[in-house]
This record gives sequence, C-alpha cells and structure tokens, in this order.
Amino acid sequence: MCLAIPAQVMELLGDGMARIDMGGVSKAISVALVDDVAVGDFVVVHVGYALSRIDADEAERTLALLREAAAMETPS
Amino acid sequence: MRYVDEYRDPELAKGVAARIAAEVDAARHYRFMEFCGGHTHAISRYGVEDMLPRNVAMIHGPGCPVCVLPVGRIDDAIRLASDPRVTLCTYADLMRVPASRGASLLKARAAGADIRMVYSTLDALRIAEAEPEREVVFLAIGFETTTPPTALAIKQAKAKALRNFSVFCNHVLTPVAMRAILAGESDEATALDGIVGPAHVSTVIGARPYEFVANEYGKPVVISGFEPLDVMQSILMLVRQINEGRCAVENQYVRAVTHDGNARAQREMDDVFELQESFEWRGLGMVPHSALRLAEAFAAFDAEKRFGIHTVAAADNPACECGAILRGAKKPTDCKLFGTLCSPETPMGSCMVSSEGSCAAHYAYGRFRDRSRARMERAAS
Amino acid sequence: MKPVRRKLDTRNGRVDLSHGSGGRAMAQLIADIFHDAFDNDWLRRNDDQATLDAQEGRLVMTTDGYVVSPLFFPGGDIGSLSVHGTINDIAMAGATPKYLSASFIIEEGFALGDLKRIAQSMGDASRAAGVPIVTGDTKVVERGKADGVFISTAGVGVLPDGLSLSSDGARPGDAVLVSGSMGDHGVAIMSRRENLEFGVEILSDSAALHGLTAAMIGAAGGALRVMRDPTRGGLAAALNEIAHQSNVGFTINEELIPVKPQVAAACEFLGLDPLYVANEGKLMAICAPQATETLLNAMRAHPLGREAALIGHVVEDERNFVEMTTRFGGGRIVDWLSGEQLPRIC
Repeated sequence: MCLAIPAQVMELLGDGMARIDMGGVSKAISVALVDDVAVGDFVVVHVGYALSRIDADEAERTLALLREAAAMETPS
Repeated sequence: MRYVDEYRDPELAKGVAARIAAEVDAARHYRFMEFCGGHTHAISRYGVEDMLPRNVAMIHGPGCPVCVLPVGRIDDAIRLASDPRVTLCTYADLMRVPASRGASLLKARAAGADIRMVYSTLDALRIAEAEPEREVVFLAIGFETTTPPTALAIKQAKAKALRNFSVFCNHVLTPVAMRAILAGESDEATALDGIVGPAHVSTVIGARPYEFVANEYGKPVVISGFEPLDVMQSILMLVRQINEGRCAVENQYVRAVTHDGNARAQREMDDVFELQESFEWRGLGMVPHSALRLAEAFAAFDAEKRFGIHTVAAADNPACECGAILRGAKKPTDCKLFGTLCSPETPMGSCMVSSEGSCAAHYAYGRFRDRSRARMERAAS
Repeated sequence: MKPVRRKLDTRNGRVDLSHGSGGRAMAQLIADIFHDAFDNDWLRRNDDQATLDAQEGRLVMTTDGYVVSPLFFPGGDIGSLSVHGTINDIAMAGATPKYLSASFIIEEGFALGDLKRIAQSMGDASRAAGVPIVTGDTKVVERGKADGVFISTAGVGVLPDGLSLSSDGARPGDAVLVSGSMGDHGVAIMSRRENLEFGVEILSDSAALHGLTAAMIGAAGGALRVMRDPTRGGLAAALNEIAHQSNVGFTINEELIPVKPQVAAACEFLGLDPLYVANEGKLMAICAPQATETLLNAMRAHPLGREAALIGHVVEDERNFVEMTTRFGGGRIVDWLSGEQLPRIC
C-alpha cells in the first residue's frame, strides 16, 4: 500500500502548496502535513501530499550499513 | 532518482544477499510477514525472493487497503454512485474490485454512474468546487498514510463551506490489524517469526505503536522502506534479531520514520476522525476499534449520514481462501480458485484484485519462482 | 450572379450539424479543411473513391481507429498519430505503405480551428511520409455522442514477393531488439492528464517507421522474423502476444531495455511500469541470431533507431512465459496487463 516517492521541494507556492521535482518530473503538491518545509528539502510524497521529510544523514547511514553488510561477504 | 536508485543497486544486493545467506541458521526456518502491499510489490517486482535462502519464507500480509475492503462496502459505494445526484471520486485502484453479483465500480461506470478517478483528495475538492450542482463523494480508503490527506480535505471543505462535498470513510488502522493477525495465530507451523513493518504508514504513526508486537507477542519488527535493498536489509536485521534471541522494534527506514512519527499529521487525523467500535476486514472479519469515522464536528461531511448508508455484510465466494491467505495461514496456491476461476482478469477474491494482493503478486511474478525452483530441483536430483 | 462565398471561420467557428448534412456547408468544410490540408491528385477529382494503380507483389491492408484524449499532446496530435499508426501497421508486415484513407466523426460544437489544425498535421505527416491520403469521409454527430473528433483510417501497402513476416515466426535462439526508448507516448499523454510537468518535456514518440523497416529489411532480409510496434499494452503486451502466436517464451534483461530517466520517474510517480506503457514510434524486432549485429547496426544508422538495443532472446517454453532478469538482479514474469493501466496509489 501507499505508493510514495521521494521528491525535492523546488518552490513554496503558498497556501500549504509547493512545487516538487522528482527525477525531472514536477508537480504541485500539498506540504500542509509537514512542519517547516523549506526549498531544497526532500519529502516523501503520497497521493499529492508530503508525508515526511527525508533525513539526508540517516539516508547516508543506511547506505553505509548496506555497504558494510555487502562487503562482509567477499565474493569467492 | 535520488533516494531511489541507491536502494536498487544490484551489486549491493548481491552482497547483502550473500550476507543473509551466511547468517541464516541452516537448521531452522524463518517465516516473515511483510505487512504492507508496498513490500509485496517490491519483493515481486524486483525478484527479491530469488535472492533469499530457501529457509527464509516471505508471507504477504494484509497491508493493502484494496484487498481488505469488504464486499459490503464496495456494494455501498456502487449504490452511492448510482444515485443520479452523485459524482463518486475514487483512487483508480478500487475500480476493478469485485462487489456482490459480479458488480464493480468499473461496471457501474459503464452503466452510467458518474465515477471519476482521482489522484488526490485535492482533485476531488476541485471537482466539488467546479460543479456545485453535483454531490461529490470521495471514496476514502487506506491506512494511516492516506488518512491525513483525507482529514485535510475535509477541513478544507469545512473552511470553504462546501456543501456538496462528503467522504465515504473506509480508513483503517495498521497496528490493530497487526494485533488481529498475531492474536489469531493458533498453529505453530504457520506462526510468524517476525514482521517487516510498514514504511509510509510509519512515517505518520512512528515506530512506537508496534512495541506491543515485541512486548506482548515476543516477535521482532523491523520497519522497512519500500525499495528492494530496504527490504533485504530489514530481512537481515530480522534474521539477526532471531539468531541473537532478541525481539525488538527496529527501524531500517530511519531516513523517513522517527520514533514518534509525524505529530502534525496525527493531529489532523485526531481532529477529524474518531474510532469506530468495529469494522469488517476482508479476511480478518470484524475487528474492534480497527477503523475510523468522521467525528461529530465534521458529521456534515459524512457521506454515510448524508445518504443514509447502512452496510449489509456480503459474503465472499465460499471457496475463496483470501482470509487464510491474508493471515499468512495459507499460500495462494493452496486455494482451489487460484489461477483457474480466479485470475487477474477475473478476480474472485480481494487478494487477486490489487497488484499488491498476494495472489495477484504470485500470479504475476511468483510463478516464475516456482518454476525456477522446480528447475533447480530437477537439476539437483 | 455568383453568390458570395463566405470563408470558413476557422478562428471562432464551430462544427454544426449542417457540416455533416451533405449540403453546401459540408462541401465547404471538406474543401477548406481536408482538401486544403491533404491536397493530391486523387482528392482533386472529388470522387467518393480513389482509383489506384494495381501494384506488383502482394497487397497489405489495415484499418485503425483513433480516439485519443487529449487530442493535442506534447509531440503530436490525433491527426499525425493516425497517419503514423496506420503506416506503422503496414510497415510491421515488411510492406511499403502506399495509400491512406481517413474518416472523421466530429462532435457538434467542435472548434473549426482545432479541426483545421488536426487536418494540417495529418497532411504534413502524410507528405513527410510520402503516403497520400487519397479518400475520406466526414460525419457530424450530436453533442455528447463523440469526444471532439474520432478518426478512423485504412491503409494499403505492398509486400514484395519472397518476404514473409508474421507473429508466429519467432524461433528459440532468435534475438529480440527494440528500436529505442520505451513508454514515451503513454507518459506524454498521461502526464498531461495528471498535470505533471517536466524539466525537459517528454514528447510522444509518434513517428512513421516505414523508412526504418525498409532499412532493416535491406540489411537483414529473410533473417528478420517478426516486427511489431508495441502500442497499447506496451512492450509487455507485444512480447506476450508473440510468445503465444509463435508458441515460444522470452528471456529479457531489464537493464538492456532503454527507458528515458524522466519517463521512468513519471512512471514511479504514477505507479506505472514503462514496459506496459504505449509507444507510437518504436518497434520490436525478432531476428535469427546470426543477423543480430547487422540488424542492430542498420537500425542505429537510421534516425528513428539510434538507440536500438538487443534486449533478450527467444527460448523454448511451452508455457509462453516472458521472463525478465530485473535490474536489481532478481527474476520475474512480465505478464499481460490485467485491465487498463491506471495510475495507482498503492
């Protein structure tokens, strides 16, 4: 359930709306559910609404853990 | 795409797959339920199951709002849409869900009902504003992900004093359903060893509401993102918890999910909705306090009140095993209807309707796995 | 005294029922809009049919209907689409398209300016392709009985003796090629409906492919087994149809299938799979393995095949499965599309 994709906030349009970009595709969505959204933030977008902000540091940490797990097994 | 492509890297996937294979205990089986259809979809679409050791089984859970919506409620929606005053707005996912006597919203539309597919509640509001002579009803479905957007739409409608907008509410709650599944477990053999927890639902409700799974049922939960590497990492985390004899709520999807979730979105839901005493789920039956309805302050926007809807429970096909499949007690291939009377073209049960339903996922993708396994086994013998 | 002939008001005028009644208004509509746009010797005769020279070889005929919404979309419109689509249906048989016909069903109230624009675009497409529209028909229906304008076409082409391409020709071991990126047309249309915008606009790939197919036949000849334009249902539908008709299976590799990044992003957003999205200027070809390189080079040398790619092979399979190795490294079946490809939320 809940098709949602990460997108970057490009412009605040006022009235709780913002223009977002995901991989070169842009759309006006509501950011009224997330506090203090700023231009440049990445948000998770679902049915035309941002649901949460994406934390860049945490994302990097997750990738680091993945790389670490993948590297532990040296391919034979 | 940023935050997407990184989590689909095939080289990393190979490494993580090897890690899982190295860490599983060959002497035991691991039965994990991915609660969400989003995970089911990722697992099927990217072929994740192919990369897991044979003793790790993924059970597709009930986290697909299309799959768990009972027939009676679709019947209601069709009745509503057949009212000549009504324009029914719905997410496209619901169009093909089978209702009683072979009906569906798609067929109702063909018969003349004004049913429009929308991408967002914002679109439904726009239609209500543009067509003041129509009674615009939004058919709301979904878990805590889709609920805050419905709440905001209702608030906006109230602020704009839109008299021709209402919501037919079918929003359901994730943790309650999870409890229903765990409480219903009776058979050792089909008991779950752990749960891959919701991604986007958890962005709203946080990690905290799943603590009962660890505390009361002694099972680990790992909240997981919807990209295939997210799912694989979560499986590795579950395997580790089990091997270490731990059970805790862990969060793999830390980039978007916090412990307490999105307070703002929770507030919007609390403002607009209240708990229903009981709600019927396809496959799970009546589950107490598992769904929401509009609170008294917003009763004017409640389509059930406005149109006097009294849901009559409707029976599924008696041969349909969707219930047991949703609970993880049976596999799609255990159902007599699977692939014969019930297929994606002519779905009998809910699990076949949504592409996220476990039967549809197995029909579309899983058969490949059965086949390649059979081939491997032939080669081995 | 000759009556003053009033010009058709293509700025503000609308089609009304008189334009379909067989009277003067209809004659004027046909002359000012269609003949003006399609102009050729056959139409100038003003007959109800076209008399064509008999052709050497075998005749190939096709018919097609166009009901696209919106009528104008990034990269084309219903007019050019109807010309390209009809030509492509003939070209996929390996034939040279020769003549087209076009029949218009127009809704009362449709703007004459839009009709003119559509006709001009058809005329341009037909001239660019070198395939004339030699006969046509016009009907006007009451408001609400059509959606703006519907176009139905027919096309005639000739197939040289000795060449035979058909959907049951795929053999295990054969190579599967596509001429370029998948999903552009469907995404261009869908994004317009869903109010998506693009940094670099995604255009429909609508194009006439007979030049490309001629080059392919020239290069590969009899080693070319099947050609198909993956329109509705996309590449997935085309592969599944051929798998059944040839009683074979396919193994394809997702990594090798060209998809534009923005098309992929739009599909993520709408919950669609680019393999199921329509194309209107791409083809899929199946050829004997030894001809793969030659054919790929010939395709890449043509402007409409620059991004041609080998995406997989035909295999023996009594179940006619289309199996795909995903970009992620797993395996899955690419099944027929069930129902319509609708944007989804879950």
